[in-house]
Amino acid sequence: MNGSGEGAHGVGRWLREAAITGGIAFLLFAPITGVTLSGYTLEGHWQRPLWLAVWVAVGRFLWSWFRARPRPSPALSRLSGAFSLWLDDHRTHLILILLLGAMILPWFIGKYWLNVAILAWIYVLLALGLNIVVGLAGLLDLGFVAFYAVGAYGYALGHQYLGLSFWAALPFGALLAACFGVMLGFPVLRMHGDYLAIVTLGFGEIIRLVINNWMSFTGGPNGVRAPFPSLFGIDFGRRAAPGHVTFHEYFNLPYSNEYRDIFFYFLLLIVVSGMVFLVRRLRRMPLGRNWEALREDEIACRALGIQPVTVKLSAFGLGAMTGGLGGVFFAASQGFVNPTSFTFMESAHILAIVILGGMGSTGGVIAAAVLLTVLPEALRDFAEYRGLLFGCAMVLMMVWRPKGLMGMRRARFRRSGVA
Amino acid sequence: MKRHEILALREVDVAHGHSPVLHQVSLSVRQGEIVTLIGANGAGKSTLLMAIFGLPRVTRGEILFDGREITRVPTHRIARMGMAQVPEGRRIFPGMTVMENLVMGGAGAPVDEAVLERVCGLFPILRERSGQRAGTLSGGEQQMLAIGRALMGKPRVLLLDEPSLGLAPLMIRRIFQALRAIVAEGTTLFLVEQNANQALRLADRGYVLVNGRIVLEGGGESLLANPEVRRAYLGGH
Repeated sequence: MNGSGEGAHGVGRWLREAAITGGIAFLLFAPITGVTLSGYTLEGHWQRPLWLAVWVAVGRFLWSWFRARPRPSPALSRLSGAFSLWLDDHRTHLILILLLGAMILPWFIGKYWLNVAILAWIYVLLALGLNIVVGLAGLLDLGFVAFYAVGAYGYALGHQYLGLSFWAALPFGALLAACFGVMLGFPVLRMHGDYLAIVTLGFGEIIRLVINNWMSFTGGPNGVRAPFPSLFGIDFGRRAAPGHVTFHEYFNLPYSNEYRDIFFYFLLLIVVSGMVFLVRRLRRMPLGRNWEALREDEIACRALGIQPVTVKLSAFGLGAMTGGLGGVFFAASQGFVNPTSFTFMESAHILAIVILGGMGSTGGVIAAAVLLTVLPEALRDFAEYRGLLFGCAMVLMMVWRPKGLMGMRRARFRRSGVA
Repeated sequence: MKRHEILALREVDVAHGHSPVLHQVSLSVRQGEIVTLIGANGAGKSTLLMAIFGLPRVTRGEILFDGREITRVPTHRIARMGMAQVPEGRRIFPGMTVMENLVMGGAGAPVDEAVLERVCGLFPILRERSGQRAGTLSGGEQQMLAIGRALMGKPRVLLLDEPSLGLAPLMIRRIFQALRAIVAEGTTLFLVEQNANQALRLADRGYVLVNGRIVLEGGGESLLANPEVRRAYLGGH
């Protein structure tokens, strides 16, 4: 039969390719794993690179086989098409269901996972902020952690020196971070791409180093205390400060520190929802459109009468503000901040969330932030392989979904909404 | 009837860094006219067009729009004074929808439904494709979008940089028809073209730019008949 003849030819080619790949793998692995130093002599362990090469060859063969499989059947693709159509129609319902799920979640998970969920929401907040700068306005920012730090320290130091409560620190930290965002924005207005990335990277490091070294003001590596928020003057501690009431006394409940976390969880949920709403609105307004247009073509923007300075600064400012909010929440949830929380790795992590989620896509970014916070916790046993898994995920994403988990949806243009 | 001069360049020099591109260029465009600037590749046509918008700034001389000097006015302010540009290479926003591109032409102002109607009447394809990503349009459609986007700001003068570049002859004819309609509605056109034949047929007057200098000027028909122009740009004998 003709078909099987072609198949056999394919298998032959796959085998050849697998052999070549295995050979290259052997050459690469042989000096790394095949030779060990024992005393003053070198010992050869040739079975080790051989095994690795065999695994690589098998992998390559499977990959060829996988690539050569027939495309998914039309019925399947029609089904997925119908599903995405259904999703389009029921988007609001889906969002409501997810929101409801998020609201009842705290009663079904233990204290440990509740804290993970709080961390996840903080990352959602940070990623939403960075998404404005990188995803919508297209300004690559590698030092986003600076604004996170400004927010966190804004609360901690504001409490220490000015006696600010959490509620006062929320707008204060956000505003402070926004000011820093605009401050960074001014000098980098004329920069693009790589150059911008390098300057923002430097900015992030400067903030961290200043915090780390300005012992007399920030306490340096010793960090600063940041108290937990109270609810209308009601504390969540076991015992109230003089003149205060605690939550469990006020509501006549037995003491449990879970109330505190649940309260905090809901507070975050409200702020995140507000942020999502704000970003959605902005994307339909001229400002949001200008961000996207600026990302696409700055010269065309200027020729169309758009002032790039205000557009860029507003993106930096708003993104930084969101980062600052995240920082205030982080400080309050940890009860303590010190500079080690604000390293470049943190910036990279937030950027990875934005890229994996799909630049500019709010839903994708939220999903990625939750995934990238919850998965490492769930896979604690594999902690050693975290970097490897992370890298593999990135590579696979670039191959299959280069636009992220959910590519950015075009905000449907409604003329009545604009006129 | 002597018509009002709406755009004028007076002895303008432009340089890219230290290398001069334009020398002592003077030209004028009167209201309601179609003026074309023709020249070979690298003569400085696109630079001239962008320099009117201050990208880059002129090093000497002055540019007047409607009698006001705009030589040092910021680019975005010039765009809001009533001058629009269809830049070289179209520069549409490929990731945004056709409709979003059009709305961007209004520079943040609320959409003027009448203008949108007019643009969609001129290029019906833009209405059909309004929800599609602009980057997925064909070259000719992108050109129409770029022109439509420029018109959304209700310009009095429209500057176009090679609207025929890379398009099929049929598409070129449609674009030029649309340009005639735009002029008929009272917009002034300043057209930079390499396609001298089409441009000079359309234009009332033309300038010929060689190595950054204006070497010839005259009525569209007379330039078309000029033996030098024919030899250099029209492949005639």
